Amino acid sequence: MRTGLLAAGGAGMAALFLWGMAGLPPFGSYPGPYGDLLDSFAVGERKATDVVSAVNFDYRGFDTLGEEFILFVSVAGATLLLRKIEESADGEESREESEREDRQAGRAPPPTSDATRAFGVALVGLTVLFGLYMISHGQTTPGGGFQGGVILATAPLSVYLAADARTFQRIAPRSVVEWVGSMAAAAYIVLGLAAVVLGAEFLRNVTPLGEEEKMGSSGNIFWLNLGVGIEVAGGFVLLLSVFIEEALQRRLRRESR
Amino acid sequence: MGFFQIGVFLLVAVSALGVVRTRDPLAQSVAVSFYGLVLSLLFFLHQAPDVALSQIVVGAVALPLMILLALSRIHAQDEERK
Amino acid sequence: MSPGFLAYAVAAFVFLCGLWGAATSRHLVHLVICVGVLQTSTYVLLLAIGQKAGGVAPVYYGVPHDLLAVDPVVQALMLTDVVVEATVVALLLALAVQAHKHAGTLDPDALPRLKG
Repeated sequence: MRTGLLAAGGAGMAALFLWGMAGLPPFGSYPGPYGDLLDSFAVGERKATDVVSAVNFDYRGFDTLGEEFILFVSVAGATLLLRKIEESADGEESREESEREDRQAGRAPPPTSDATRAFGVALVGLTVLFGLYMISHGQTTPGGGFQGGVILATAPLSVYLAADARTFQRIAPRSVVEWVGSMAAAAYIVLGLAAVVLGAEFLRNVTPLGEEEKMGSSGNIFWLNLGVGIEVAGGFVLLLSVFIEEALQRRLRRESR
Repeated sequence: MGFFQIGVFLLVAVSALGVVRTRDPLAQSVAVSFYGLVLSLLFFLHQAPDVALSQIVVGAVALPLMILLALSRIHAQDEERK
Repeated sequence: MSPGFLAYAVAAFVFLCGLWGAATSRHLVHLVICVGVLQTSTYVLLLAIGQKAGGVAPVYYGVPHDLLAVDPVVQALMLTDVVVEATVVALLLALAVQAHKHAGTLDPDALPRLKG
């Protein structure tokens, strides 16, 4: 019966879609004024050659504030969901006990292959450099905080894949990552409030604009990109570390039984 | 619209159907990665490089990663239940 | 119907695919991925709306600043959309893992009802 309802609903929805889309302007004829306006003065006004980043971080910077905090809150929510139940079900003592037993018996996770390790070593430096490049050049070329942040977050992942979970926890300890990510998220608001302190409205572009096509240009956009990039990287590394920690401890506990 | 653009649009439609039709989540993560790459190709083709970069980074790296991690946790929970 | 109708038709098709997959799913993780596919249909629609025939990307690095370009506002919306999709899928996957932990099954039809 559910399939019947679904088919009927789907057919109705398809009909609505066709009717609605027949009224849209033809593909390739964008009529609205805002796009053209922005294209014409964004580069001169903000000295940012990437107009999409300028729209994201300057003209509509308030939306990006909301989006950054959606990311932050959902990472916090996922961490909370997965961590809290683990502690209430098993408790601290049994985890430490099983880790001690495991170390005494000399059991360890199986070693990774040489090809993976070599590839990982080559990849980590390149990934960090590329992520930092993408974050810092968000206002001149396509890229920006979000893209560069996720690329930066795959560097600790390469370390986890090439080495083991213990190395991963050593280079990206949970407390440090949480602290750095939260500070970067707060930096967005601090920059916005700095504008208020200087007498303009919230999130106005107040830092010096510089020249076009140079790295530190377009004022606020550069610093906001940096903050967002570090926060996104911290969020994803945190997500990763929560999943990896739980999976590792379960395997240790299972092997020690 | 040139032939290449029409072809990529049809590829997007077929890939979406493929992702939905793959029932096993492990195979579906690979299908999602491919779908993300095809979408980013569409975005590049239509003059949206920023969005294409975002889509590559999210749809082909972050999304399959999270799916695989969730599956490994579910598998570990299953093993513990036995 | 213009030849450019294909773009809107693909967006509607992907939406209906995701909807059908989510409604007939037997595995929670499969359901979450189908919701993700549902979200990607909006990208295609937004991309199609902002197109301008003969326009280039709205990035003026190293080129004269008066080239005809496509709409940047719609692309900014798509960027936000992509990031929100990643976070929504992450949170839904965490919920799926928790549901499996409590109920022991990943079949959406077999999940027990909420106890009040």
